[in-house]
Amino acid sequence: MNNMEKQEYTITLYTENSIGMIGRISTIFSRRKINIESLNTSPSEAEGIHRFTIVINETEEVVRKLCRQIEKQVEVLKAYYNTNDEVIWQEQALYKVPTEVVTEKAPVERLLRQYGASAVVIRNDYTVFETAGHREEIDALTDALAEYNLIEFVRSARIAIIKDSEGFHKKLKEFEETEPAEEVVENRYLNKQDKVFTM
Amino acid sequence: MNTLEITKEPETTTQLSGSQAVLEALLAEGVDTIFGYPGGAIMPIYDALYDYNDRLKHILVRHEQGGIHAAQGYARTSGRVGVVFATSGPGATNLVTGLADAMIDSNPIVCVTGQVFAHLLGTDAFQETDVINITAPVTKWNYQVTDACEIPTALAKAFHVARTGRPGPVLIDITKNAQLQLFAYAGYQPCNHIRSYRPKPIVRMEYVQQAAALINEAKKPFVLFGQGVILGKAEAAFKAFIEKAGIPAAATVMGLSALETSHPLHVGMLGMHGNYAPNVLTNDCDVLIAIGMRFDDRVTGRLDKYAKQAKIIHLDIDPAEIDKNLKATVPVWGDCKETLPLLTDLVTRRDHKEWLGRFRELEQAEIKEVIHDELNPTSEVLTMGEVIRTLNELTGGDAVIVTDVGQHQMVACRYAKFNQSKSNVTSGGLGTMGFGLPAAIGAWYGTPDRTVVAIIGDGGIQMTIQELGTIMQFGAKVKILILNNEFLGMVRQWQQLFHDKRYSFVNITSPDFVTVAKGYGIPGQSIRERKDLKQAVSDMIAHDGSYLLEVMVGKENNVFPMVPQGSSVAEIRLK
Repeated sequence: MNNMEKQEYTITLYTENSIGMIGRISTIFSRRKINIESLNTSPSEAEGIHRFTIVINETEEVVRKLCRQIEKQVEVLKAYYNTNDEVIWQEQALYKVPTEVVTEKAPVERLLRQYGASAVVIRNDYTVFETAGHREEIDALTDALAEYNLIEFVRSARIAIIKDSEGFHKKLKEFEETEPAEEVVENRYLNKQDKVFTM
Repeated sequence: MNTLEITKEPETTTQLSGSQAVLEALLAEGVDTIFGYPGGAIMPIYDALYDYNDRLKHILVRHEQGGIHAAQGYARTSGRVGVVFATSGPGATNLVTGLADAMIDSNPIVCVTGQVFAHLLGTDAFQETDVINITAPVTKWNYQVTDACEIPTALAKAFHVARTGRPGPVLIDITKNAQLQLFAYAGYQPCNHIRSYRPKPIVRMEYVQQAAALINEAKKPFVLFGQGVILGKAEAAFKAFIEKAGIPAAATVMGLSALETSHPLHVGMLGMHGNYAPNVLTNDCDVLIAIGMRFDDRVTGRLDKYAKQAKIIHLDIDPAEIDKNLKATVPVWGDCKETLPLLTDLVTRRDHKEWLGRFRELEQAEIKEVIHDELNPTSEVLTMGEVIRTLNELTGGDAVIVTDVGQHQMVACRYAKFNQSKSNVTSGGLGTMGFGLPAAIGAWYGTPDRTVVAIIGDGGIQMTIQELGTIMQFGAKVKILILNNEFLGMVRQWQQLFHDKRYSFVNITSPDFVTVAKGYGIPGQSIRERKDLKQAVSDMIAHDGSYLLEVMVGKENNVFPMVPQGSSVAEIRLK
């Protein structure tokens, strides 16, 4: 894919868990009038370290510069960005539908089966299903259920695992050293000089 | 959620209030001067200050914006962290312009603001405002303290963040209850490491070597230097580098005075109103070496026509600056105080005499077309340039020159002579009118033995003229030189050149500045004739104390050369 073309990027940040981090991060995007498609915060594999997963639709150059600006934040340890090929990602969705629709309409049951949706709550009046997957699958199921009196729908932000990441445990140890290893201090793009620093 | 880690184990503890802990922290950090303004939410800190008056000098400014600009001026001439106190609400919001200015110009500043009691946060209490969120985009770091136990750690972190790496402003917002709270104080532990903060990248020799190879092969190398040289305290290393490699060097506005103006390799100033030769030859050099500068749009002009022929070597401490505006061929990341000596070792001693001659040739053209007449006018009215020339003659280039923003700023930056570093104090990135007078006050406190001249326009002085009261009360020996053209001159120049001379609200009237100064107990005079200029400037400098000199200059003079917006640097206009 051409560097100048916009595509989906998943940005993964490792940060301290301090008040106001979401605000500080989000203004880096909004100042440049860049829309955040989705944003998730959660604990990470490393104790005490928070993980942000942000999805934006931008060119590689813009994403790279954004990540450098984000890393300048005092409480951000590291920013990574990846294309969709480089991550395993999921979004979760919850659907509330009338129980009678599920019991009486065969197509609905087929749909739920097809998309691997499972029931979370079953009541006389409604049933809540959940499914996880890529955006397209969730959107397709949502569209389909819309015809069968979908009462409520909600979809979560993307969460993603970086395929070639070794996790943050080792990095965190290095960050905690007063004299860090080269790799920690350097921006990782330095190692891709041919790719990045072109005339 | 983690709050700040309290690192120090209490060994021997004393009961201190949060306010006392703030002042103890300042003392431990070697602070001697605070610029501030009290108010309801910061009263406990001011109450504690009453007992620290012998160790901490507090300058009561007349507006919080004046306070932070003064702290910036102090930081710029002293190389130390400037400290500001302000109260909550309006006190804190009045800091915002100064924070933005300090952020873009990388000034190390620590602001302490009072905040309403923690239990009132979010209740729209009197003088409550969301200072942390308002200032987040214009601070390097900020933090709200609601418990006194966090104060020593928060301030230690604040000073560390403000002065290390690429410096910047930090704001610590302290709720009133935390200021009043007594806690077991275990002493002050300076901060030298934050795991999530890496002030500077490690130098990688391979890039230094690549840079040296490019420089050694270059036939027409050209150095651009910015404030990074000053912030890195790398002036000597910088000079050694350009002298060994024999490379002509031009300054950004913020880099001025890092190299003395008279140095044979100093070829002038870059940018929109910079010198002719460095702008034109940017598009002719073969290797462009940028040191501690960030390719601001006022420096580059049209970016897609900027130095396209050249290989770019970029030395900077801030990784986000590399490749931000201009792609670097070789990125030399790191503190230039570390990277420059490494580079100097690897470059061969050269003498680019012919190439340097090109600069001097073009300089002659600029002297003939612009400089000679600006500095030695035959017109009836005085020019700004001849005032600066006179100042140079009388100070010999030893003064600290503080400027406001506009035509006088560009003229001062173009013509002022600087013999030593940290002598040019100006609002470069943000272009804050009103910066000059308060910054000059702080600049003087930063270096009270030097002559500090604030060159200000008739517009800018009126934005922060209340700071004359600060001078009156505390006796800063600031020389105020108003260059009055009875216009908002730079906007008028643009309206003349690009808006068919439709002068829209640039005609500004002024009070009798000499009388205003007199009201503040500051002597002065106003002149408009050439025959009085030298004596008047001399009187101003010789006076032991603050002095205001107003010089009436040509109303519709323009600053040239000029790179019109949207043009390439090579298209710089001499008239």
